[in-house]
Amino acid sequence: MAIKIEHLTHIYNEGMPFEKKALDDINIDVAKGEFIGIIGHTGSGKSTLIQMFNGLLKPTSGNVIINGRDIHGNGVNKKEVRQQVGLVFQYPEYQLFEMTVYEDVAFGPKNLGLSEEEIKARVEYGCKAVGLDESYYAKSPFELSGGQKRRVAIAGVLAMNPNILILDEPTAGLDPKGRNELFVQLKKMHEELGLTIVLISHSMEDVARYVDRLLVLYKGKKAYEGTPREVFAHGIELEKIGLLCHRLDIL
Amino acid sequence: MIRNITIGQYYPTSSSVHELDPRTKILITFIYIFGLFFVNSFIGYTFVALSFFGAVKLSKVPLKFILRGLKSIMFILLFTVALNMFFTRTGNTLFAIGFISITDEGLMIAAKMGIRLILLIVGSSLLTLTTSPIELTDGIESLLNPFTKIGVPAHEIAMMMSISLRFIPILLEETDKIMKAQMARGADFESGNIIQRAKAMIPIMVPLFISAFRRAEELAMAMEARCYRGGNGRTRMNKLCYKKKDGYAFVIATVFIIVCILL
Repeated sequence: MAIKIEHLTHIYNEGMPFEKKALDDINIDVAKGEFIGIIGHTGSGKSTLIQMFNGLLKPTSGNVIINGRDIHGNGVNKKEVRQQVGLVFQYPEYQLFEMTVYEDVAFGPKNLGLSEEEIKARVEYGCKAVGLDESYYAKSPFELSGGQKRRVAIAGVLAMNPNILILDEPTAGLDPKGRNELFVQLKKMHEELGLTIVLISHSMEDVARYVDRLLVLYKGKKAYEGTPREVFAHGIELEKIGLLCHRLDIL
Repeated sequence: MIRNITIGQYYPTSSSVHELDPRTKILITFIYIFGLFFVNSFIGYTFVALSFFGAVKLSKVPLKFILRGLKSIMFILLFTVALNMFFTRTGNTLFAIGFISITDEGLMIAAKMGIRLILLIVGSSLLTLTTSPIELTDGIESLLNPFTKIGVPAHEIAMMMSISLRFIPILLEETDKIMKAQMARGADFESGNIIQRAKAMIPIMVPLFISAFRRAEELAMAMEARCYRGGNGRTRMNKLCYKKKDGYAFVIATVFIIVCILL
């Protein structure tokens, strides 16, 4: 099991007037090499959930077990966990800061304290996986287009060489072409590099085509789980919570 | 972690303090600070503290919430107290090692300074806790209005203030997000010496500046798209006007300042 989440509950601002229960008794199992999609509205707890996967947030109660180890257990190095679980946030291009693409992608490996050659190999690995060739290395990340910037940011996470990759709305703000390209690339990475991928989105249609399994979050609770086909069988219920709408209605 | 800053935060609830006119609250805060600097005895400080607790009770803001704001100024507070304690030379020496000596007068001054600073901070934070940023800037603009004749740009000051206040939570949230994103890439902000820590800030500062400029540009565009051209001839939807309550508040404040002067 790559990721195992047991009875996870998270409450923001506990004991304050603005207390909010973001996640409520969540259980998730993700097998090694699986491509899983998590779907939910804004405010369903998606973004809180993904920060649990690499220990950026500590749950109010419950366990997060990554590759067989409880990440909040004694003597667990958070840096090591973050190396294993690559996390790509929403609009990751806003985290770019270096003068060149190469330097920016190298930030993660450098933090891991690797040698120069190793860093170079990691940068090449990351850039190649997202389809950036060497001609980009010396460019400033700020002069690239939106889609290219996002690839640089994803390459920066891949350069940590994680075996689990988590992406929060990776296609938000991209045009249909860029969106398609990115999904195809993710699928390729999943197949060729054997990565376990967790994809978070609010759009059922986008994700269903690529993932092995879907998980629907609703108001901090797990509502449905199964293959895309099984989940879509709950069409009427999904429509009720506003995650699906009939094409005819749009027309 | 970064969201725990209470200075400048608004605590939404309904109380008689919240309903006061923002101008009243600003002026009374000034009177309070004036009174605080007038008193110089422990009886005086007790009186000011009691008045403050009375105002807190009326405002329905939990006292715990206000006191948490002190955490962020703990360092300055301790520094001031320590400085006064160790470097006051007058009075009877109680204790001395080398060039450092503690005198009874030094202790007295340090204690008074500490109390004064705490009361100053908690008192003024009560203003922002009970007044929303919009009310606050409206109040300041209206109070500064008479001075436009001598060239004080009242509207511009108020506009700048409301924009910066508006951006504080946004930038805090953004900082939090960027920090997390860099931590996910193995960045470490907590260990190392002071130079290493300063260097570790670069991956946060650069994206933060870029996004601040981007936001500023977008805001300027949005304001111009809605024909903003300064305060001249601008009308408002909610006009400020003094009510009976404000009168009572001013009476209480007057009594407060008189007692402060007498003590």
